[in-house]
Amino acid sequence: MLHIVACIKQVPDTKIIKMNPKTNTMDRASAPAILNPYDAHAVEEAVRIKKRYGGTVSVLTMGPPPAVKAIKKCIEIGADEGYMISDRKFAGADTLATSYALTKAIDKISKIKPVDLVLCGKMTIDGDTGQVGPGIARRLDIPPLTSVKKVEEVNQVGGYVIIHRKIEDGHEVIQSSLPCLMSVEKEINEVPYSPFPNMLKAARYEPTIWSVEDLEDVDVKQLGLKGSPTIVAKVWAPPKPEGGIMLEGNANEQVKELLSIVLEKRELFQSKGGAS
Amino acid sequence: MNFEEYSGVWVFIEEQGEGIAPVSLELLGAGRRLADKRGVQLGGVIIGNNVEHLPQIAFAYGADVIYLYDQEIFKHYRTESYMKALLHCSEKHKPEIILFGATSTGKDLASAVATDLPTGLTADTTELDVEEDTGLLLASRPAFGGNIMATILCKKYRPQMATVRPKVMKALDPEDGRTGKLVKENIDVNEEDIRTKVLEIVRTTTKKVRIDEADIIVAGGKGLGSAQGFQLIHQLAATIGGAVGASRDVVEAGWIDHHHQVGQTGVTVTPKIYIAVGISGAIQHLVGMKNSGMIIAINKDPDAAIFEACHYGIVGDAFEILPLLIEEFSKALAREEVDHVRKV
Repeated sequence: MLHIVACIKQVPDTKIIKMNPKTNTMDRASAPAILNPYDAHAVEEAVRIKKRYGGTVSVLTMGPPPAVKAIKKCIEIGADEGYMISDRKFAGADTLATSYALTKAIDKISKIKPVDLVLCGKMTIDGDTGQVGPGIARRLDIPPLTSVKKVEEVNQVGGYVIIHRKIEDGHEVIQSSLPCLMSVEKEINEVPYSPFPNMLKAARYEPTIWSVEDLEDVDVKQLGLKGSPTIVAKVWAPPKPEGGIMLEGNANEQVKELLSIVLEKRELFQSKGGAS
Repeated sequence: MNFEEYSGVWVFIEEQGEGIAPVSLELLGAGRRLADKRGVQLGGVIIGNNVEHLPQIAFAYGADVIYLYDQEIFKHYRTESYMKALLHCSEKHKPEIILFGATSTGKDLASAVATDLPTGLTADTTELDVEEDTGLLLASRPAFGGNIMATILCKKYRPQMATVRPKVMKALDPEDGRTGKLVKENIDVNEEDIRTKVLEIVRTTTKKVRIDEADIIVAGGKGLGSAQGFQLIHQLAATIGGAVGASRDVVEAGWIDHHHQVGQTGVTVTPKIYIAVGISGAIQHLVGMKNSGMIIAINKDPDAAIFEACHYGIVGDAFEILPLLIEEFSKALAREEVDHVRKV
């Protein structure tokens, strides 16, 4: 039976987050915490694979205690077990330190039950990097499959998967040995409304929570801020561009003026070569 | 780690079709500027099969030295094989900076290589600079869904790595006959060592709108209210021969396919004319279209950020303005066509 681990993250909803105009910092309290939307697709895909082939879906997250909510959301989607690593020593981790911590947790999970497949979302909406998935794959020494838009076959007996990987002008069909890691595109599936029994289960569910001490062979120097090679040196509001010319008058007049501006610059329509 | 051993700015040069991916040429332009500021060489790494014609192109676009891995095992991109080559090259020649295009290949490869080295990797950079004396790479990118910009540094490790969005940097004009040093490399890697196989590559044959190649884009945002309202964008685009663009929330609402999304998590575009309708102008969106030749914004909110970024703005109701624009443009363009026919 397959054991699939989906790595997830609770993130602030960046669509709603507000900026403090005086300090140019984010008002994190203004944004509700949600399950990273891309990760919901990863969990959903894990659940679909489980339904096709049988198995267990575990979800794993690193985060502060309230992130339990994101795990419960995954139980609603259909995950079976939830694990969270939570410790101040993890705080401030960049993608390299995050992939290290999550890998240590996956090592521990695989002692409970060997892991065949690791899934994660294409990226998080707060970090936007997409680097943690491949990082975990390298640390586990399993093939990373990124930009996965379709899982064609998972063959545990044969020890392989066949997937479709999105590329700029189409897709590649790739066969990879198992175990492997996939980071999935959102077009891979639609996350339906959760069935009521799952919601009941989620409400009562208590995930396993580990601190750094609960993990094995951890080099604390590789964790958190200390283990992060990248640092955010400066956060700034992008310079306001110069505003343009506002067209005056009623709608008819504005449209006529716009038309004449565009038609006057006909070379823009016709000339070849770079726009400045 | 002895930083003195590390020297040079590198670009991972991605093959595309028979040539080099445009983003890699753009990065050679950006890399040239960084290398000159540091007084070091601009290097490029080319990995592939039967790619001996590519170094000459890279030299013409500014590279001083090219490291070439031309072996059958590199016929298709695979993370594990390409990663082995790049790790080999980086460990042997020790660059201080490596830049990758933020393409599916570049991002995949950079993430794997950075983990193994290990070093810091900044994703989807839109601005690059380097400290002249220390060689510290200043990689800036929109963060938190584009609400702010962040400058990210990697002080303790070398090489410093970043992926860079296509179309935000400028390629140099190619200089015919410019040459550089070609270093042919080879690594011992067998098919059995690689755990993935490319069974098939399916290129999209249907002529999808490539908004990154369009001269004119009409883009719509949530201000159009509904999928039905968004149809006006299609109509105006059809009238003036443009492609259709969209903001992220429009794509998320399902009004249009994600291929049309302009912005940090979508496509970066550089059309000659960009008409933004009902788009408020989050930085996330502005990053994706700010290099357009002429930006026209239509929005009913006079305080919308898009007006700060446009060349010409109309404060007004899209449902009033768009039908008028469609009508006036069709009339004007029909007139011109008649004139043209008469002249011929």
